[in-house]
Amino acid sequence: MSLLDVTGLSVVTDSGRALVSDLSFTVEQGGRLGLIGESGSGKSLTALAVMGLLPPGLTASGSVVLDAPGLGRTEMVGAAESRLRPLRGRGAGVVFQEPLTALDPLMRVGRQIAEPLRRHRGLRGAELRRAVAAAIDRVQLPEPDRIARAFPHEISGGQRQRVALAMALAAEPALLIADEPTTALDVTVQAEVLGLLGELIAEKDMALLFVSHDLAVVSGVTDELVVLKDGRAVESGRTADLLHAPRQPYTRSLVESARTFENALERITR
Amino acid sequence: MTVKRTTRAAPRRRSVILIAGCVPAGLIVALALVSFFWLPYPLDDTSGGRLSPPGASHLLGTDKLGRDLLSQVMIGARIALESGAGAVAIGGVLGVATGLAAGFANRWVDDTFSALLDVLIAFPTLLLAMLVVAAQSASLGSAIVAIGLAMTAVVARLTRILVKRVLAQDYITAARTSGTSWPRVITGHVLPNIWPTLVVNLALQFGLAVLAEASLSFLGLGAPPPNASWGRMLQEAQATVSTAPYGAVAPGVLLVALVVGVNLIADGLRDTLDPTRRRSS
Ligand SMILES: Nc1ncnc2c1ncn2[C@@H]1O[C@H](COP(=O)(O)OP(=O)(O)OP(=O)(O)O)[C@@H](O)[C@H]1O
Ligand SMILES: [Mg+2]
Repeated sequence: MSLLDVTGLSVVTDSGRALVSDLSFTVEQGGRLGLIGESGSGKSLTALAVMGLLPPGLTASGSVVLDAPGLGRTEMVGAAESRLRPLRGRGAGVVFQEPLTALDPLMRVGRQIAEPLRRHRGLRGAELRRAVAAAIDRVQLPEPDRIARAFPHEISGGQRQRVALAMALAAEPALLIADEPTTALDVTVQAEVLGLLGELIAEKDMALLFVSHDLAVVSGVTDELVVLKDGRAVESGRTADLLHAPRQPYTRSLVESARTFENALERITR
Repeated sequence: MTVKRTTRAAPRRRSVILIAGCVPAGLIVALALVSFFWLPYPLDDTSGGRLSPPGASHLLGTDKLGRDLLSQVMIGARIALESGAGAVAIGGVLGVATGLAAGFANRWVDDTFSALLDVLIAFPTLLLAMLVVAAQSASLGSAIVAIGLAMTAVVARLTRILVKRVLAQDYITAARTSGTSWPRVITGHVLPNIWPTLVVNLALQFGLAVLAEASLSFLGLGAPPPNASWGRMLQEAQATVSTAPYGAVAPGVLLVALVVGVNLIADGLRDTLDPTRRRSS
């Protein structure tokens, strides 16, 4: 049985505009799936719909079944808040696109990491403090004491994204949803964070749903791809196959622009 | 290490503004406190002679009925602080509560509510105050209630906007994706992120309430005699301002000092309460 089973997922606005249409995909236990498409294609909304957290004014239909070990099978679409809450964080955790805005500006970083640890693992006091230090250490941040006491604006963008990653991983989710976690970072930091992400996923045998518009980034961390265009899946398959033999013109153009970009980079760096 | 340094260096700068505000405000609080235990002369003592200039027996002189101006100014300090605090208490509690409710309400309730607020805010404070006073009677209590009610609309609108803005932030979604419950999102993220702005605004509203009470008293709609509000002192001194200006100077200066002091405190608080400003300042 798959960990995440999305069938015929649609998201519509109150005024009837379809933002995601009839989307289906599955993520296996420990699998790594990429969701790729240009800006506005509905990637983030899909991620939010999976968590049952669409913004007000948007409605999901279809089926999203999360079957996390120890948490039972749950239909996420239309489920009650009280049913969803225990699954959020433990069944699936999310890392967002923009690390600065995804952290509370007025709360010290240590407390933000402690929050899910306390709720999902029931840790308190000295034990909690040790777990926070371990979580910071796990995402390879330097000076854990300073980082824990810092406010988000007092650490760098790459460090913030590591903190966000630590928060998402704190409750040890079965599925990690990463919504363009490296888009806001520069290329070298991006590579570091991606490498770390890959390691952590493999270490805990976590499944990954990786959302991005950047084919080069996605191809490094996923085994399978779903290509989204205007809220519809236009193509899906193994990442390597899609990269070498894209069938759809849209996918081909994504591959080509990624290649042109890479060639340009190579020319500059050479 | 750098964190320590920035947080240690910044408070020194901020405290300058805070202290600059606390000095005049503190002096006026002291005047008000002393008035509870001691006054140079009782308020109805007219033994000083009419319109005597400042001197040894009457430090600030006397008014046209021969009453001591220092005693009146001290009682006035009490009234000014009471009206500021009372109105902020009413406007703060009602405004924040309704604003929070509206911020979380569904769209229909929220739209109705903000339309209502827009009408209320367009309604001049003084006009509202006159209606309240007309419905009851001219007293300090009804003046405070009127000012507090007018303030409620302003505070509610601000609270609603702040709540909306915070709720739209990614860190709220992030907290919810990690399974945080609504009550905890509110106490842990929403309130901490809106209260610095609210506190600063309530401090500013305090100054406005003091001015509003003075205006109401000036119009004869505040505390009735012999209670000496600064506004009423100004009004009484108006007739003789060209021959004996002392009567207007003391309450005028104190009124300005209190409002300026409170505004400076608000500014100081703004920098103190926001860690992201702490660093940049
Ligand atoms: N709350 C909302 N109400 C109405 N429309 C929305 C809302 N949120 C997003 N949309 C629309 O839905 C579409 C998909 O948005 P989404 O955020 O999923 O895009 P995305 O693929 O994540 O893009 P990006 O790569 O820029 O993050 C966009 O056209 C957007 O304008
Ligand atoms: Mg997005």
